Amino acid sequence: MAEETHIKLAHGGGGQLAQELTEQVVLPALGGTQEPGRLTDAAELDVAGRLAFTTDSHVIQPLEFPGGDIGKLAICGTVNDLAVSGAVAKALSVSLILEEGLDVELLRRVVVSAGMAARSAGVQVVTGDTKVVERGGLAGMMINSAGIGEIPAGRELGFDRIVEGDRIVLSGPLGEHAMAVMSARENLSFTNELVSDCGSINDMTESLLNRLGKDVHFMRDPTRGGLAATLNEVCSAIGRDMEIQQEAIPINPSARAIAEMLGLDLVSAANEGKLVAIVAESAAEEAVSVLAECKSAKRPAAIGRIAMKNDQPLVEMVTTIGGRRIVQMPYGEQLPRIC
Amino acid sequence: MLCEKLHNLFDQLGDARSVVQIMEVCGTHTMSIASSGLRSLLPTGLTLTSGPGCPVCVTDQAYIDQAVFLARSGGAIIATYGDMVRVPGREGGLGDARAGGAEVEVVYSADQAVTVAAENPDKEVVFLAVGFETTSPGTAMAVLRASREGLDNFSILSSHKLILPAMRTLLAGGAAIDGFLCPGHVSVILGWKAYEPIVRDYGTPCVVAGFDPGQVVAGLEEILAELIAEKPKACSVYPAVAERGNVEALGVVDRVFTPCDAVWRALGEIPASGLKLRKQFAGFDAAERFELPVMESYQPAGCRCGEVITGRCAPVDCGLFAGKCTPRSPVGPCMVSSEGACAAAYKYERRSCRVDS
Repeated sequence: MAEETHIKLAHGGGGQLAQELTEQVVLPALGGTQEPGRLTDAAELDVAGRLAFTTDSHVIQPLEFPGGDIGKLAICGTVNDLAVSGAVAKALSVSLILEEGLDVELLRRVVVSAGMAARSAGVQVVTGDTKVVERGGLAGMMINSAGIGEIPAGRELGFDRIVEGDRIVLSGPLGEHAMAVMSARENLSFTNELVSDCGSINDMTESLLNRLGKDVHFMRDPTRGGLAATLNEVCSAIGRDMEIQQEAIPINPSARAIAEMLGLDLVSAANEGKLVAIVAESAAEEAVSVLAECKSAKRPAAIGRIAMKNDQPLVEMVTTIGGRRIVQMPYGEQLPRIC
Repeated sequence: MLCEKLHNLFDQLGDARSVVQIMEVCGTHTMSIASSGLRSLLPTGLTLTSGPGCPVCVTDQAYIDQAVFLARSGGAIIATYGDMVRVPGREGGLGDARAGGAEVEVVYSADQAVTVAAENPDKEVVFLAVGFETTSPGTAMAVLRASREGLDNFSILSSHKLILPAMRTLLAGGAAIDGFLCPGHVSVILGWKAYEPIVRDYGTPCVVAGFDPGQVVAGLEEILAELIAEKPKACSVYPAVAERGNVEALGVVDRVFTPCDAVWRALGEIPASGLKLRKQFAGFDAAERFELPVMESYQPAGCRCGEVITGRCAPVDCGLFAGKCTPRSPVGPCMVSSEGACAAAYKYERRSCRVDS
């Protein structure tokens, strides 16, 4: 394996080269309970009770960006989907599809980063796969990750729990991931280098659920389409208007500068380490202070409320000048390959 | 309260004018006004309409079809601003051409297009030069750079426009415009004095303002004050704008381009309202380099973009708005362009039918 600097088709072929890649590059980074030389076809898990199961594929360009890489993204994305469902992540899978010619050192960095992200989130990668496809069209690599988690008894989250008067709480500034990736793509550089917020949010979700219990009604991580997509999805699902205050939304000035330069809207920009929680009105203040103690929160704030039922529900924003405007469901592929 | 003084001024106009229509002619104003929710704070009777200030929206349909033709059969890389890609054409837009294998590359500046040409010496690169006075200096600089670097594979298809002739055409056509909120960036180049002939000939106040809501309101206040005093002026509340503008930028444009008659969507042909490359730069003119078919101007059925950009129809009054014409499947450019009046209304101000996206 020492001589192989670039991925060959044979690395995905299930033979000697594939075995070397797995044992010398992938396993050391992702750890897990598998013994090299005694790999099994499936991982056995000991999980019980209500399970949550999720999967995500990642096609981001560039593969490495300020604040993260496709490996870290794949792990955190799946951990976060479990976390907002109220589940404690128990096991993850990582499937790699590599393009012939990919630099092995890059692959090494990516899987090491994925391993670190998994350890940081307190979860293991227990199974995976590697395939290689011919040069062209894949742009280096794509990753699918899936995850299983256990939902402790007594947790009830979902659209049906949301009622009028509930407050919308956001864990930090919007669009840091999208803008960091865009600035890397467009070669914009600033003195205050913006980094992606790519990271796991299970510390926040667990703190909220443990301290506020049933007062947490709903949670989601606003990835592609940003806060706007998340709020609009909820809005349609529950058939109620929502109102948010622009003044209350935390903003990262570097992210805003890039957004203005590129003509993009932070409200619709992707995040990879933020939490949106809908909580009972009486618990809003405590939710914000609970989040403020978490390491992955950054100036959390209550930004809005759930309003009346409506046949054609909308998300409305009260702007910084006191005017009103709609927050639209984002349309179109404004930013391709963002996650 | 941001609009308190504005309300007071409007009341002072009293019975003399119960309805005041102020037009902005800049896509950036369109978007900033809509996204700040400013319209919801204006006094009833004070209407702020969008004029022909969005470069993509005023681009004639024939130009789009020529660009698509070039993409499909010219064998060239088309370098263009992002918004142009989704404008529908008679046989599909640039985005459709790209999906069919044509090379269409989105660039953020004319200079970037020259770089594409420098990096692809075996291919022709055509830059779709669209925009008002803010962008024409950049295109001029790009042509000069291509000339300096001896690039023989770079050309532009110019659809650059000048804003003043369009403003005059609107007034001459009897449009009910009580004042113009003039564009910030364009005026940085042109200078506020450039609007004096309009004030002199039509008595219409022309006030330059920047883009944040405070600036827009300051501009509206100045217009109302001038209407109350019956003393229309050309002036600016935007500190960045000088009386004579950016003489150097104007010089660069003049060196490379010369005014020509141009066809505007819905406004038809306006004399001396476009820019064409001077003879010594004709080598960089895609219209000379390629055999472009003459394309017709036309409006898609039911599309009222032309009336929208001349302030005669509000987006919500177009029968296609939010029904057949949505950002996801636009019929006309006012919905495609990120600075179009219809896109702004749909994105920020629409309260009727929700469209499943």
